[in-house]
Amino acid sequence: MKANYGYADGSGEYFITIDTDVCDGCGECARVCPSSLFEVAPDDYDQVVARVKEKLTRSVGVLCPGYERCRDKVPDCHAVCRVGAISHSW
Amino acid sequence: MITAGVDVGSLSGKAVVLDDNRLVSWGLVPTGPDSAETAKEAMDIALQKGNLSLDRIEFVVSTGYGRVVVPFAQRNVTEISCHAKGANYFFPGARTILDMGGQDCKAIRCDANGKVVNFAMNDKCAAGAGRSMEVMADLLQIPLDEIGPRSLQLDQGEVAVSSTCTVFAKSEVLAHVRQGAPTNDILAGLCAALASRVYGLLRRVGIEPEFVISGGIGKNVGVVTRVEQKVGLEANICFEPQIVGAVGAAIFARDTLVKQKKPAAAR
Amino acid sequence: MVTIGVDAGSLTTKVVVLEGTAVLSRSSLHSSTRDAGGKGIEEALRSAGIGRERVKEIVATGIGRNEVAQATSAATEIVCDARGGRFLAPSAATIMDIGAESSRVIKCDQAGRVADFVLNDKCAAGTGVFLEAMGKALRVPVSEMGSLSLKSTQEVNITAMCVVFAESEVVSQIHRRVAKEDILNGIHKSIATRLYGMVNRVGIVKNVVAVGGLARNAGVVRWLEELIGAEVFVPEFPEYAGAVGAALIAADRSQS
Repeated sequence: MKANYGYADGSGEYFITIDTDVCDGCGECARVCPSSLFEVAPDDYDQVVARVKEKLTRSVGVLCPGYERCRDKVPDCHAVCRVGAISHSW
Repeated sequence: MITAGVDVGSLSGKAVVLDDNRLVSWGLVPTGPDSAETAKEAMDIALQKGNLSLDRIEFVVSTGYGRVVVPFAQRNVTEISCHAKGANYFFPGARTILDMGGQDCKAIRCDANGKVVNFAMNDKCAAGAGRSMEVMADLLQIPLDEIGPRSLQLDQGEVAVSSTCTVFAKSEVLAHVRQGAPTNDILAGLCAALASRVYGLLRRVGIEPEFVISGGIGKNVGVVTRVEQKVGLEANICFEPQIVGAVGAAIFARDTLVKQKKPAAAR
Repeated sequence: MVTIGVDAGSLTTKVVVLEGTAVLSRSSLHSSTRDAGGKGIEEALRSAGIGRERVKEIVATGIGRNEVAQATSAATEIVCDARGGRFLAPSAATIMDIGAESSRVIKCDQAGRVADFVLNDKCAAGTGVFLEAMGKALRVPVSEMGSLSLKSTQEVNITAMCVVFAESEVVSQIHRRVAKEDILNGIHKSIATRLYGMVNRVGIVKNVVAVGGLARNAGVVRWLEELIGAEVFVPEFPEYAGAVGAALIAADRSQS
């Protein structure tokens, strides 16, 4: 499953996509994200995978500066994901 | 095997009783200040219509905004998964689903079993939800249910509304009114704008036949027609689009129960 | 040398008369006024006691910059905000302009050049429109909202950033008889969160300066400081930053 967490508003589209078909639930993204956007939990089909915390989906565009801008600061969520499950729309 | 699904949304609470695969009954109530109470009210109506009591229900799954506070549910499942399952129940060929209510918009792609393959949801911005239409109906003093039909009866031609944000679009609409633009033409522009926003969300998840629409937006022919044109597919809309999520929850309840019973039987 | 900067914003048109690096006078008019730019220039010149013939150059900025007939040239809001912000606070590295219908965050390098910026004029969240709508729902004048919010004793969360959704949330809080001050505090947190997102996008670099009309709102500034984790400096007359920047650019242009 491709899970798109985020929103679109007048200022643009802000979606973080997690491909749960490849995610192995290792939790590295949750560990490195400076805004603590991610968590690992069983989904509706009992697969343990990463997801954006439900309470934060409406503010991903505020809490996450966007992939390009985060990359030069910290070990980012894309870099630590061995299977390449995470992508950003901005 | 009798199971139930309860969908506590921001505007209405829905409950559905399912006997194996047969839809027994359902209840629909407006959401009150207490989500647990709303869930109980909807459930009571469904039970009454089905001549059942709660102890006959073997498993209950809750979904929707208030899903975690339903006291008589044994499991909760997200709206996304329930909508896919529910759409699959009514239309087994369903692959692309659009659900739009007052507060949010969901685009879902699912497989032949009603399992979600791709989804995107927008509940942050009013412009991407039915709420924007309520604001405009209020602004133009037009009943909400007239917007769709009137938007299809053009006077001179569609008046484009370029602002996405509902607040900025309001000023734009007022300016058009002052310049004497016919109301129907403005409504056409508003429906077209909402349709293109919805289409953006659908394109993100990918579009595949068959196409299903659920939620309150299904009642606005102006938006539905324009979404169909953009998608290039005719939309399936079931007889009661508001209970799709609750039906999906009841199916999740049945599937969970079957799974639980299996190891017990093997023992 | 005397120059003038005109900032034709969506709500108000601000004019600044500058001699060298000294602000001689300011004027402010509703942008809906007929020839607001021209009238504002006259008014500002009158209060400075300076004749029109001494003015070398007039630079206009803001959304209505191309409608100011008296201007000799125009400049973007970003450039003017950066210039004006650095003039009012010379050590500023991050300049946020919170206006009536738009907001901007600009990152400057050490020389004061624009290194990066984020602009929002497409979503009413994080602009004055948001506060105005909430003030209407609560029946509190916009000018009093900030100070009243500081009297809050209980934290109330307004989870929506969207103006339309936040309005319903505020109305339901009113029905639940939540104290006005507490609702106002939640409102200010919401708008500050949206603005923080813009600062976060360009990367937080100290020192942070807030300009624009909403910088006068103590509730917004308090929450910004809390979210950013640093002091946010607000200069005197923050709403004139763009006009000051335009006047400074006018001086540059008349010299070259």
